[in-house]
Amino acid sequence: MKKEGQIRIPSGCALSGIFSKNGTPVAGDKIVTSIAVMHDRSNGLGGGFAGYGIYPEFQDCFALHIFYETSAARQSCEEFLDQHFEIVNLSKIPTKKVAGVIDEPQIWRYFALPLPHKLAASQLDEKEYVARCVIKVNSEISGSYIFSSGKNMGVFKAVGYPEDVGEFYRLEEYEGYCWTAHGRYPTNTPGWWGGAHPFSLLDYSIVHNGEISSYDANRRWVEMFGYRCTLQTDTEVITYIFDYLLRRQGLTLEEAAHVVAAPFWSTIARQLPEDREAYTYLRNVFSSLLVTGPFSILFGFEGGLMALNDRLKLRSMVAAEKGDLFYVASEECAIRAVEPELDRLWAPRGGEPVIVRLNKKKEGAEKLCQCQ
Amino acid sequence: MVIQAELLDFQAINEAIRSAGNSPVEIHGCCGQRYIGDGLADQQVEIFGTPGNALGAYLNGGTILVHGNAQDAVGDTMNEGLICIDGLSGDATGYSMRGGSIFVHGNVGYRAGIHMKEYGEQKPLLVVGGTAGSFLGEYQSGGTILVLGLHSKDPVPVNNFCGMGMYGGRIYLRAEHLPSDFSSRLTSRPAEEADLKEIQPALEQFCRLFGESMEEIRKKPFYVITPNSSSPYQQLYAAK
Repeated sequence: MKKEGQIRIPSGCALSGIFSKNGTPVAGDKIVTSIAVMHDRSNGLGGGFAGYGIYPEFQDCFALHIFYETSAARQSCEEFLDQHFEIVNLSKIPTKKVAGVIDEPQIWRYFALPLPHKLAASQLDEKEYVARCVIKVNSEISGSYIFSSGKNMGVFKAVGYPEDVGEFYRLEEYEGYCWTAHGRYPTNTPGWWGGAHPFSLLDYSIVHNGEISSYDANRRWVEMFGYRCTLQTDTEVITYIFDYLLRRQGLTLEEAAHVVAAPFWSTIARQLPEDREAYTYLRNVFSSLLVTGPFSILFGFEGGLMALNDRLKLRSMVAAEKGDLFYVASEECAIRAVEPELDRLWAPRGGEPVIVRLNKKKEGAEKLCQCQ
Repeated sequence: MVIQAELLDFQAINEAIRSAGNSPVEIHGCCGQRYIGDGLADQQVEIFGTPGNALGAYLNGGTILVHGNAQDAVGDTMNEGLICIDGLSGDATGYSMRGGSIFVHGNVGYRAGIHMKEYGEQKPLLVVGGTAGSFLGEYQSGGTILVLGLHSKDPVPVNNFCGMGMYGGRIYLRAEHLPSDFSSRLTSRPAEEADLKEIQPALEQFCRLFGESMEEIRKKPFYVITPNSSSPYQQLYAAK
């Protein structure tokens, strides 16, 4: 089959997210139930999930989820991993045969720590070391693709409808404080396992509904800083933009959101002087990271979740709260399916980030934050 | 006839509605099924729950009542009839409406009334009890949009780019002042008695449908917005 970039198919997607602010674990089947309601928004060519807080027993290790197309690819990749990491634990990711999910690659999971002497010799911090290793594998070891590389979190994705993908990965056996989900309807490129959402680097993960008109401008910018867009699908670049802005440039989430979904100049002109200055600065300095075209995204990170729409709100998104639980989805029905009675439901404005984080005070949250 | 929607897809729901002939239908437990009542005429459909996108698209008469919130593209290209939503309604509510009326008790999303049009006696009406997102009445060429901003603290009940690209029809905003980004491509004036008389039946119907008070509505002034034909619309997104 032709892969991303070798073919173009002109054509929506579905997103859903659940976040438990007090850290109470939510089982994976709840997010599957939610995304399944929006079945008609995807076409069976991609489904995926990101779960946070799912590996408390290995919370200090980077959890590497890897697709291998061949055993030879696995051998080459494992050789590389052995040279760079101490592998604390490795196994195939448990899956279940599901009629709607076929042609699976080999899917492996490694709980890994950077080798101390290699890390010291690299003069990099731990995250940069791991990010570089991930980029190297994905761009240089043919047939190997590290699709998840954060601590105490994991991405699970496949070609298929999201409800089938959830069943395939046995998500009911995991629980975490945050889940995001994606149902794919690829519009420009065919579906393949690596091209399914979420796209992830370290603890950052992105699920996306939309189409990025600015893809190549964005790609050229991030590739100047060592990222490699290996999938030729647009969403991947958003993950690297956020990694660049947050981890490497040290911007706040709000600032990063205002770079990616910057207001119109005419809107900036009407702001209070202080805001006007800040927004003007961000638009000028990071003009190549403005993402144009329709999008709604959920951005997962350690301890939090951000929902963001393009400035024109060309893709739908609703958010809701019930007690300490936060919900966000492309359609209200996906929230009602798992939480019929809500305290509050609203439609966020275009370009206005909705950010939720773990409550710091409570015991459960503190426990989850220790791994930072 | 009562339809329990929990395990039904949109096709089964629409077939059940059609099988009821002209008798009223109630749908319970609705959760996201799209296209409900599309192209329907002369029937009454009452929905409990959250109907999916494109509710009442191409509606050609009759009534759809929703006890709950509706999602996107309610009444897309509807021609006749009445849609009442006792809740919120999503983006592109009343998209390309060409006749009939939509009443929403709460807020509507972005691009409500986009591409609304009229011809001869066919004059669509969209009444929003709460506030509206950006691009209200974008490219509107006919019909009437009312936004009341009830139970809202905002002095103006619309977000940015109200009436962008509008070239026909009217928007009535119940507001303390005009939007701060009010376009020079539009004209506005405080509503006069004749204007208020024109919208009085719509306001009365709104109050009847949702139990709101006319006295409350009258507490704030209305602005009437129409296109400025001496300064027509120019591109927003890119200069030629």
